[in-house]
Amino acid sequence: MPYEPYMKELIKKVETTRSARIQAAKEGKHFPRLSEADGMKLMKEFHPDYKEGTKRQLAVGPSQGKVVPNELADILEAKSSLNSGTVDLSRIDYDVDVLVIGGGGAGSAAALVAQEHGARVLIATKLRHGDANTMMAEGGIQAADKPNDSPPIHFLDAIGGGHFSNDPQLVKTLTHDAPSVIQWLEHLGVMFDKDPDGTMRTLHGGGTARKRMHSAGDMTGAEIMRTLRDEVRNRTDIQVIEFAPALELLTDHEGRCAGAILFNFETEKYTVARAKTTILATGGLGRLHIQGFPTTNHYGATADGLVLAYRAGASLCFLEATQFHPTGVIFPEQNIGLLITEKVRGAGAQLLNADGEQFVYPLETRDVESSAIIRECTVRNKGIRTPTGRFGVWLDSPMIEVLKGPGTVARDFPAKYRQFARHGIDISKEPMLIYPTLHYQNGGITINSQAETEVPNLYAAGEVAGGIHGINRLMGNSLLDITVFGRIGGKSAAEKAKQAQPGEITLQHVQKFHEELKNAGVGDGRISPILLPDYVGKIG
Amino acid sequence: MSNDVVPIYIMGKKYHVPATLTILKAMEYSGYKFIRGCGCRGGMCGACATVYRLEDSYKIVPALACQTVVEPNMSLTQIPFFPANKSIYDVEELEPGTQTLLQMYPEIARCVCCNSCTKICPQELDVMDYVQAALRGDIEKAAKLSFECIMCGLCASRCPGEIVQYHVGLLARRLYAKYLTPKAKHVADRVAETEQGKFDPELEELCRMDKPTLEKRYAQRDIEAQ
Repeated sequence: MPYEPYMKELIKKVETTRSARIQAAKEGKHFPRLSEADGMKLMKEFHPDYKEGTKRQLAVGPSQGKVVPNELADILEAKSSLNSGTVDLSRIDYDVDVLVIGGGGAGSAAALVAQEHGARVLIATKLRHGDANTMMAEGGIQAADKPNDSPPIHFLDAIGGGHFSNDPQLVKTLTHDAPSVIQWLEHLGVMFDKDPDGTMRTLHGGGTARKRMHSAGDMTGAEIMRTLRDEVRNRTDIQVIEFAPALELLTDHEGRCAGAILFNFETEKYTVARAKTTILATGGLGRLHIQGFPTTNHYGATADGLVLAYRAGASLCFLEATQFHPTGVIFPEQNIGLLITEKVRGAGAQLLNADGEQFVYPLETRDVESSAIIRECTVRNKGIRTPTGRFGVWLDSPMIEVLKGPGTVARDFPAKYRQFARHGIDISKEPMLIYPTLHYQNGGITINSQAETEVPNLYAAGEVAGGIHGINRLMGNSLLDITVFGRIGGKSAAEKAKQAQPGEITLQHVQKFHEELKNAGVGDGRISPILLPDYVGKIG
Repeated sequence: MSNDVVPIYIMGKKYHVPATLTILKAMEYSGYKFIRGCGCRGGMCGACATVYRLEDSYKIVPALACQTVVEPNMSLTQIPFFPANKSIYDVEELEPGTQTLLQMYPEIARCVCCNSCTKICPQELDVMDYVQAALRGDIEKAAKLSFECIMCGLCASRCPGEIVQYHVGLLARRLYAKYLTPKAKHVADRVAETEQGKFDPELEELCRMDKPTLEKRYAQRDIEAQ
């Protein structure tokens, strides 16, 4: 769907202001960055997290009283989708040292390291191995490995980006281990963007003080994911079962995690996977469509891991904050919600309103940037209306061609260039129309720097875990998080499995949770995990 | 945007769907709940490989269901899975020689240059060219030409030589990145420093810092020029 004539008319306003904006950018003059206080003020007025009536306190469970979005509360305060009467716990189908639930970036990294530490590893994943938000991460991975940078500078960026809410110990681990993770990936054969002498080509992301965004085109996550998956497949002693979501964790008489019940999506049969230690790496919640927002997330991002861990006794943190990515596609309609990497702004593209004017510094943190876009499209009435009545602002990608040379857009953003070209829009010549889209679950299961949850023998890594990013994650810290904490989780779980002696496997914790629900009078008629979003019969 | 409805044929069965929908959304609209055949929904993961024909053409058209808008009277099927063997290797043990790709995937010698793979690629990659580069031992070219591969498997489904092109491309990329481009010296240097604990005292100090001091440090950061 190319731009309609009235939209092309509006694009002329962007073109009118472009040369002056480029000139100013070349002279280092930018739209002023907001102070921390002004950013917070803007967010309180416009960020979806602060909208009244969209969240509630949890009525039951280890984080009772904590506030989470209604859509998440609905599946946390719900009964098990497992029909426990049909599961025979005396028949063990898989008996392993380490069970990894989830086959994305965190799960794959965890499996590799657990295997290296001598564990017999089973990966069970809901869809295909590699079906994960990791595959869709475009822009990059942060690590402070340039001479003008350091892990402490990275630490400050990450904790400031999270508005000082992050668990500092987790930020320390994240930033300290980042260079080693880049080296690990480099040695595995991830095709990072490099200069001829091997120097990594790095860019800024929103909220970074140094250019530390490492990339592989605009397919950084895909490149990492396919490499990790290939490496797992080369280690044939790691078992992988696809289309086998976990429906519940198993616990022993002392409440320690002892594996999971898996569900064969195609035969609809249950299997019992007993494990000395278990790593949850199930990803995030984008497909819950918080407040009805479209999402950048993978089809499988339905917060299953939060549900399972919560019933088993793990507390949750920072789930009151949801990340909206400032630049989601708002036109063409077919691509609504899809991610346009922050790397586009890192390369110099600016955000512009219907008058072709800037209204925000392009690399504010994501929450502040999103708030400014929402303000522009609401109270200021300076958004661009789409043919279906949505509103967005321009992301001026053509200016990258002037700043960095002709051909840069197609070379550095091949996936995005192709995605728009399919709909008759050449983003090296015409700007993109964008609006914030539901992107990331900032919080998650509480972990420590060994990736341990509060449930003995249960670990969590990747988007399902919380605390690393506090209430707001910076770009490039998620691919980093999944590899850093995936690796740590793999090591911790493998080491623990050497001594762990779980008792008889039970579903006691599920029964107990059902009683709590009953006593609180909530959860009737709802079951979870939901496993997949329901789009049947809808115009999505 | 129009409210037109168009007829499409999903595995031969006729459905009427809004003309603006992608194939994926049109299938959901028609009542399909995907387990296979749907992944990232953003054109990056290769789960939703699809082929279709239009009524007035003999041609087979490749598509990603999540990226392709329906056309009137298209007759489509998804190919959510196609068997493929992968070579097992230890990338640490391999050498990036001109014969390596051929040794790991001898069937690339069966390429007859029919170009079926290139024609079916929904990413519009020069698949045959990278297979030929692999055959010649040009790892760099095979890596670069295959970089945007999403491993949907359509190439392998069409190949008369029974080659699994996307696995060849993946190995080429790993070899190229690991052995044929210089390692980043600044990364190795920084790893050595972190392992020696160079930054630990400063990180510990930051962990202990109260919020007002942290806020001040954050506000005073000097920011590297664009």
